[in-house]
Amino acid sequence: MLRLLLACLSLCMVLVFGQPAQAQTLQDVLQNNVEAVAKPSRRTVDDVIAALVASSATGIPDFLEGWREKEIWQRDADGVFFRAVEDGDGLILTDLDTAEVTTVADDDGFTQSKPNAGVRRVISSALVQFLLSDPDITRRQSALDAIGRDPSGDQLAPLRASLEGEPDADILARKQQLERQLTAQFDEDPAARIAAINDLSGDVSVEVRGVISQVLATRQFVAVDVPEGTNLARILEVGEDLSADDAYQQLVEADLAPATVSLDDVVATLTAQISDGQVAGVDVSTLDTDAARIAAYETLVASGDAPAIVLPDERAAALSAHTFYLAYTEDNADITAAAEEAQSAIAGYLGAGQTIDLTMDALSLASIYFLAAIGLAITFGVMGVINMAHGEFIMMGAYTGYVVQQVVPNYTLSIIIALPVAFAVTFAAGVAMERLVIRHLYHRPLETLLATFGIAIVLQQLAKNIFGTQARPLTSPDWLAGAWVVNDVIQISYIRIAIFVLALLFLGLILFILKRTRLGLEVRAVTQNPGMAASMGINPDRINMLTFGLGSGIAGIAGVAIGLYAKVTSEMGADYIVQSFMTVVVGGVGNVWGTLAGASLIGFTQKGIEFFNPSNTLAAQTYMILFVILFIQFRPKGIVALKGRAAGD
Amino acid sequence: MKNTFIARNPSVLWFLAGLAIFTILVTVMSEATGLGLISTSFLKTLGKTLCLCLVAIAMDVVWGYCGILSLGHFAFFGIGGYAIGMWLMYARTEGIVLTSLEANALPPTVTEITDAVGGQIFGVVGSSEFPMIWAFSHSLPLQLLAVVLVPGLLALVFGWLAFRSRVTGVYLSILTQAMTLALSLYFFQNDTGLRGNNGLSGLQNIPGLEDQSQAVVSLWFFWASAIALALGYVLFAYVVSGKFGSVIRAIRDNEARVRFLGYHVEHYKLFVFTLTAMVAGVAGALYYPQAGIINPAEIAPIASIYLAVWVAIGGRGRLYGAVIGAALVSLLSSWFTGGSAPDINLGFYVIKWTDWWLVLLGLSFVLVTLFFPKGIGGIFDALAKKTPPDREGDFGPDKGAWRNEEGEPS
Amino acid sequence: MSTLLEVSGVSVTFDGFRAINNLSIQIAEPELRAVIGPNGAGKTTFMDIVTGKTKPDEGRVVFGDRGDSLLGMSESQIAQAGIGRKFQKPTVFEAQTVRENIAMALKNKRGPFDVLLRRKTENREDRIRGISDEIGLTDALDQQSGSLSHGQKQWLEIGMLLAQDPRLLLVDEPAAGMTPAEREHTTDLLVRAAKTRAVVVVEHDMEFVRRLNCKVTVLHEGSVLAEGSLDHVTKNKDVVDVYLGR
Repeated sequence: MLRLLLACLSLCMVLVFGQPAQAQTLQDVLQNNVEAVAKPSRRTVDDVIAALVASSATGIPDFLEGWREKEIWQRDADGVFFRAVEDGDGLILTDLDTAEVTTVADDDGFTQSKPNAGVRRVISSALVQFLLSDPDITRRQSALDAIGRDPSGDQLAPLRASLEGEPDADILARKQQLERQLTAQFDEDPAARIAAINDLSGDVSVEVRGVISQVLATRQFVAVDVPEGTNLARILEVGEDLSADDAYQQLVEADLAPATVSLDDVVATLTAQISDGQVAGVDVSTLDTDAARIAAYETLVASGDAPAIVLPDERAAALSAHTFYLAYTEDNADITAAAEEAQSAIAGYLGAGQTIDLTMDALSLASIYFLAAIGLAITFGVMGVINMAHGEFIMMGAYTGYVVQQVVPNYTLSIIIALPVAFAVTFAAGVAMERLVIRHLYHRPLETLLATFGIAIVLQQLAKNIFGTQARPLTSPDWLAGAWVVNDVIQISYIRIAIFVLALLFLGLILFILKRTRLGLEVRAVTQNPGMAASMGINPDRINMLTFGLGSGIAGIAGVAIGLYAKVTSEMGADYIVQSFMTVVVGGVGNVWGTLAGASLIGFTQKGIEFFNPSNTLAAQTYMILFVILFIQFRPKGIVALKGRAAGD
Repeated sequence: MKNTFIARNPSVLWFLAGLAIFTILVTVMSEATGLGLISTSFLKTLGKTLCLCLVAIAMDVVWGYCGILSLGHFAFFGIGGYAIGMWLMYARTEGIVLTSLEANALPPTVTEITDAVGGQIFGVVGSSEFPMIWAFSHSLPLQLLAVVLVPGLLALVFGWLAFRSRVTGVYLSILTQAMTLALSLYFFQNDTGLRGNNGLSGLQNIPGLEDQSQAVVSLWFFWASAIALALGYVLFAYVVSGKFGSVIRAIRDNEARVRFLGYHVEHYKLFVFTLTAMVAGVAGALYYPQAGIINPAEIAPIASIYLAVWVAIGGRGRLYGAVIGAALVSLLSSWFTGGSAPDINLGFYVIKWTDWWLVLLGLSFVLVTLFFPKGIGGIFDALAKKTPPDREGDFGPDKGAWRNEEGEPS
Repeated sequence: MSTLLEVSGVSVTFDGFRAINNLSIQIAEPELRAVIGPNGAGKTTFMDIVTGKTKPDEGRVVFGDRGDSLLGMSESQIAQAGIGRKFQKPTVFEAQTVRENIAMALKNKRGPFDVLLRRKTENREDRIRGISDEIGLTDALDQQSGSLSHGQKQWLEIGMLLAQDPRLLLVDEPAAGMTPAEREHTTDLLVRAAKTRAVVVVEHDMEFVRRLNCKVTVLHEGSVLAEGSLDHVTKNKDVVDVYLGR
């Protein structure tokens, strides 16, 4: 083995420092060691590989692969080696140097080289060594990938050998990473393994978690007493850790207890022994309860026609007489202890990572809800109007984005164009709706709700008629396609970050409009006291129209943003409308900060519920809504409530 | 007492007479009695329409009379359907399972039957255990009780929470919509034990009536629906007439003032909300055996909004208005979406009604809200030459109050 | 004469503005009391507190022989306990007839089941007629109350108050928008009502208050400025300052 490593080292030198003096073909090298190649053994294989390494002939990895797979055949006539695969009775031969393919009809006259398992292992690690030191970076990469996929102890030595002389920093890092992992699992020296395990304990990647749990793999045993020298993981309690039925089944399998007779067995036995509508002396028709069947079966047992049923107390006695336990497959207790420690450390990091990830998720969900709801909050707050078509405005915005992408193929450019176009389209739609419908219904809020619902139906069906029912893609530009990967636990897609930034921008913009501009002043005046505002020369009609346009326009932009990561369908608005309402209701009407608080509360609550029940997002939404209904009990006016006379008591 | 009630509400008599004539006509023309002018499937549509009329008058009482725009009454309707559907499905599957178990040598035990029925019913959601929620599904009387009690209890609890915290107007509507959404999402889950989005099916096969043809069973259900509608109409006419009706209309128009008169407004709202929810449950229990299938999509918030649309188009605040609205819109809807309506060829574009019906409905709904707030029922006022009194403002300050343009209620 | 309503040490703050400041008033039964004061003196808020619409930050409000606290009760419970209120702006149920309005106010059981099931109460029609006679609306009994004139609506509301048969009547500006003849009629009604129960009238119009001829409480900035006969308070220097400005 040592010699092999030295040989490998020299190979690396060769690879790095230039071409060898004389060129020898692979076949020449093999012919020099003809006996050892044709009849390989543990004693001779190292010499062959050393010779191969020394030769620096081309095609060595392919040959080694073929050798390992028993695809090297020797022609008896002249002793030449081929790589060959059997084809019926014949062989398909590949020349080792020229890769020329020939076919022979009969394998008579050829002898297969059959390395045994031990030899094949040596060949494999030599092969890994060759690949790991291959001048082609992609081959090195794929060799590493192969190790990562299917790690084994043999790879450790060649991997370590290949560390030195690795020119690429990334690949070197990866090699070191894998070296630690392989050491933790396979090194013969326990101290080295413990050291490696300790090194891994800060890493939360899936791979490392796999390594640690591999080290901590357990098997379940049953015995009267735990035998000496067992590396015990823990004792299992029957009834808690495993069911009594399973435990007893194990006893049966370990021949420590007699087999039970299941109800199905009882039925089968009884059925087999029916004659003349009777079994065990009773009418078949009376056997319609389990008790009656067992009684009949007992009769059969008594007459020796069936094996006895194990009684419950016999079962209990057998179970309590034995110990069920989990033992580590790793015998060294120090190693498993270190691994347990590493696992709990990783679990700690993992928990922290998951919390951060969840927070990020919740934040992006909150941004989406904020974007979807802020327009609604503005119209509801200023005008007291519930716009049931708000979700459809979101949909309109998304479809506008889709149409723009059909015209402008550059995705980055099209998104930049789509945002203002979507705003313009939905702004116009909002103003039209305000002028044509809502203006006439200002004193009838419940009917506004229904009329805007009528408009929502129309818009939804129109979208369906124009764009069809299947989802339309709104492709994000490449620079938004990936995800910001912190580690295997924390990953945030760039789109969600972009939506978060967009939400922040809009928060700033809306605050600016409301607090710093003339329009904002007038809007706030109309919100608080329309009559007074009108008498001060503010035209409430104009303000209402602009406010409604603004709210709808923001919905359009939210539509583009949502369309980037969700499907654009004619029904997408309906998915957001209720959440948007919840956001507004929870946050409190007529206040931007309230909407922000509402969106955050709803986003975080929903993600929090999903965390406890990750498989079921439907349940999360259900509980979320229940939570909101209960929340309203305690803060009927939302988180940020207007107080005093402005609240309109 | 009855005399005076009917004397004061002659429209009840007219309605009952109309319904009776309609029922007799349909019966005579149905396949079951031989004439066969009305196909069994259309008979079912008519029966279902009567159930929709029933839930519509419940909606009218809660919205048109009491001012609560509930967007949850179709959910109560659906719950009623699920409650009866559970028994129908259990009983029918049990029959099938018993037949198939007869092939076994030994007579089946109770557990074997339950397991087999469970496997049949819950196979589609990858389970065979009976969830808790099915505990009473073997018993028709208990499930019939559930038809009324489950929607009633749900309405009671929800209403208590909502009314207690004085949530009114659009807030309340949104909250009821949220409740409906939560319910439908809950029903969509496989974990709930109601077969997730598969829903309950095969409900048109009534256990115990296998010998009767669908034509006959459908006629019976039609009669039952007609009777239920008649009873519901009389019940609600009684509720909304007299002093009780006076109080709930007062609540609609000015809730605060009613409080200062010493009435516990919350109790009245809760009473109306719960009673109408129970009637909606009954309507649902009659509807779904005629429809044959129920799934969570039926409960979705949109259905409850459509219910409000029917009532608004028919004319709220009058029971016959709700009946007219529900019957007209739902029948038109099934005519248009069923593909029977002729396409209109504009030369450059062919209007297919299956695609455009919802556009038409939405637009006409907006127009009705804008220009005919009294709905179709307003036509009767015009015929009766009733002119609303000369008034200065709206009927009350509350969000559910009648507005001046809606004129004078019945 | 025993104390029916006792308000003591009550304060209310709206967003930092102190609408009622350590207010204490006692009303006896029977008694007619006028409450006057400039705008923003807290007259309407005082009524809101007694009827349960506004919850005070501190203080005590007790009512009746047993001295029950009104603070924990809802509006409807307070009304059932025997406090009736007439609002400044007439708020009758315009969509309903005069008869229905009065019938709703009649003192009967208020529970939904009582109302639904017990349709006929004894001499209901007689009581309605008695009240409509008193407020002069017998001819209009079957009219929509929305079609009544402003003064008629005021009377209808007073009639509804009488129908409630409360022990304490709180009347906010009953004479607003009435002709002199109507005012006189209203005064008579209130004085007659005060023979058997407590009546508190909030009014701006001094002439009207003078005609009531009763004890007067002057409110200013949320507390009692002066109390006594009208002549007594009009001589009070503080009151004169408040009304005429300093």
